[in-house]
Amino acid sequence: MLRYAVRRLLGAIPTLFVIITLAFFLMRVAPGGPFDQERTLEPTVMANLNKAFHLDRPLYEQYAVYLGNLLRGDLGPSFVYRDFSVGELLGAGLPISMLLGACALLLALLVGGTLGIIAALKQNSTVDYLVIAVATFGITVPNFVVAPVLSLVFGVWLGILPAGGWEGAHPAYMLLPVITLALPQIAIVARLIRGAMLEALRSDHVRTARAYGLPARLVVIVHSLRGAALPVISYLGPAAAALLTGSVVVETIFGIPGIGRYFVQGALNRDYTLVMGTVVIVAVFVVLFNLAVDLLYAAIDPRVRYD
Amino acid sequence: MTGPGPILTLRDLAITFDTPDGDVEAVTGVDLDVFANENVAVVGESGSGKSQIMMAAMGLLAVNGRATGSVRYRGTELLGMAPRALNRIRGAKIAMIFQEPMTSLDPLYPIGRQIAEPLMVHSRLSPRAARKRVLELLDLVQLPDAARRLGAYPHELSGGQRQRVMIAMALANEPDILIADEPTTALDVTIQAEILALLARLKARLGMAILFITHDLKIVEAIADRVVVMRAGAVVEAGPTQRIFASPRADYTRMLLAAEPTGTKAPPPAEAETLLTARDVGVTYRSGGGLLGRSAHTIEAVKSVDLDLKRGQTLGIVGESGSGKSTLGRALVGLGHADGAIRFRGATINALSPRALRPFRRDLQMVFQDPYGSLSPRMTVGEIVTEGLLVHERGLSARERGRRADEALAEVGLEARIKNRFPHEFSGGQRQRIAIARALILKPEIIVLDEPTSALDSSVQKQIIALLRAVQAEHQLAYVFISHDLAVVRALADTVMVMKAGEVVEAGPTEAIYGAPKTAYTRRLIAAAFDLGSVLTGAAEPA
Repeated sequence: MLRYAVRRLLGAIPTLFVIITLAFFLMRVAPGGPFDQERTLEPTVMANLNKAFHLDRPLYEQYAVYLGNLLRGDLGPSFVYRDFSVGELLGAGLPISMLLGACALLLALLVGGTLGIIAALKQNSTVDYLVIAVATFGITVPNFVVAPVLSLVFGVWLGILPAGGWEGAHPAYMLLPVITLALPQIAIVARLIRGAMLEALRSDHVRTARAYGLPARLVVIVHSLRGAALPVISYLGPAAAALLTGSVVVETIFGIPGIGRYFVQGALNRDYTLVMGTVVIVAVFVVLFNLAVDLLYAAIDPRVRYD
Repeated sequence: MTGPGPILTLRDLAITFDTPDGDVEAVTGVDLDVFANENVAVVGESGSGKSQIMMAAMGLLAVNGRATGSVRYRGTELLGMAPRALNRIRGAKIAMIFQEPMTSLDPLYPIGRQIAEPLMVHSRLSPRAARKRVLELLDLVQLPDAARRLGAYPHELSGGQRQRVMIAMALANEPDILIADEPTTALDVTIQAEILALLARLKARLGMAILFITHDLKIVEAIADRVVVMRAGAVVEAGPTQRIFASPRADYTRMLLAAEPTGTKAPPPAEAETLLTARDVGVTYRSGGGLLGRSAHTIEAVKSVDLDLKRGQTLGIVGESGSGKSTLGRALVGLGHADGAIRFRGATINALSPRALRPFRRDLQMVFQDPYGSLSPRMTVGEIVTEGLLVHERGLSARERGRRADEALAEVGLEARIKNRFPHEFSGGQRQRIAIARALILKPEIIVLDEPTSALDSSVQKQIIALLRAVQAEHQLAYVFISHDLAVVRALADTVMVMKAGEVVEAGPTEAIYGAPKTAYTRRLIAAAFDLGSVLTGAAEPA
């Protein structure tokens, strides 16, 4: 298993290299540059800025320098947030985004998982239809609607939670963003678990468990849920990578200093190094979580073997 | 231990399924008694409701199923019982084993744990005591090397070993009744004999009743005290085994008893030309060997086989699962890579490119085991049957193809008007007829039949065999008939090849092989197929 993990991580290096290379050159193909503003700068100022940030060098040279710095863990200076390096920006925001994302993920698993199991056990009952309706709602209503509504209701009308802002990892400031992030995930997890549980409950070995008089608790949790968790786990890999790297919409509406907003701001401002920084982080997360999913699969299902 | 009365009684049991097309009555008015220490067999073809009555008794019907009437265990009504109360009987007093031991065991847990669970639930054993009992049980069912196997997962065991594990689980709480639902159908005949012998031995030793659900009359004759024959959800006849076999009263029972294939094949004329020869044919699979340098290893599925096939001849290939008989059959019609030399009409067909092979394919047709999987569900019967003509007789007009399809369907006993219907509208036997029509329409010289009757009920099997015989006589076809069923092969084949682990262990004229088998392996296969009774009595005696 360990050898497999190491091999997979080594195998990820060329993948990351391709992603970084594509992102680097695609970013430069986009028109405009980091120092274009509504008021055009003096040509000499522009030239000095470009020189200071090595943008006057040939592209391949910039690319080589970037790769070299990256290998040393240096993501370079931000072109737009002067005086900050990309490393500092991401280092400040990433823990916050990850905290919110992890809470949302946990909430989604607990609530979505429970709802899905109940719906499957009571298939075609009112409870089941209610869960499906809630799940459909959760998937169809976008977070830029949910976030302001939650903020309005709980922050402004009821006044029981702050409408936005961030004063450190205090539950009051986390609750609404976490719910907003979790809602669509709850819906997806509930649907996945429901479907997988229905299949598991109809399987031959669950029939065996029932034929041997095992109590419902054992039949459902031990003999159905473990197998039914597999499709959810494969969904969770990419989903976790997306959740933990922050959400532009949620962070903007609730005013949270995470890294989600850098994706859009960086791209709009042509902040080349910031965009590259976010790309590297997301790529690394995707690689790591997919590996985690595969290892978890092997841990759950003894028929899966890597070696 | 028990009074004279039955320990399990079914009275007027009816089962209804609520389907989108309305209620379907699967079982009506079934009465059945099981006495202590008795061996009762419920016999019927697929759809007779024989499994459903036991599912209903055990509270295991699908969610859309409803049971009415009465099922009493020692006087206690089981139908409508609260799950908690029912759980004190299921697995403790009445235990079940199922047809497919692979899917009936949970793939995610070691077998030791799965056998221990009912012990810990019903007998309240500690994990330690349960483990000890599991070991005893595994010894009892003769699973070799039991202590080491406790941590094994179901996929790490063979089919026979898995069924032994299921039996150990069933015996764990020393039940009064063991319900065995087709417990040997998915197993090879020799393994089947071992499992049946084991059950007989355990029954004698532990004193329990066995309710055996099966379609296989040979098993019934060998093991049952009493037989209940079911058809279309109702009991047509019940009585002592000897009486049922000696003087069946219901027409249906007589038909079932007569469904065993009989007769032998007239040999092809001595001057018949040799159509196909195979010399030193081998098939090797490579597994593993991924991009990141995993060690590859090769599996020799077929090793150095020689055979000759004459016009009008039927070559039977028999052997257990994994013996390579299907792989060989495929190689003979050019499906998949093969080493050695397979010569047909002057060409070495296994050396040809796919394009060069194509003209030969029309003369080398194949019919597969599973008529549910081998017909495309999205094509009409007409399209399925005529598809080969589009490749091999391109010049034909649509009208001409239609006429040829009508002929082919008529030949297999189907009406021309079914051409616009889809495979799912037909029964297994009808589908197999369609598959045979698809092969016949190209007027081939050789047809490889890979277990063509194994998925069919025995009465339907008999019809398909009659059809295959008639078609062969009409067109002087050569058949390669692959089967694990030695009775069918004896009725159809001129010569027989016995395969084991990819090699031919014995080959020769059918009567010679069946009359005087030379190897122990062949003798075991034949005994398990034709003389199950004495195999079992021999095994039931204390070792």
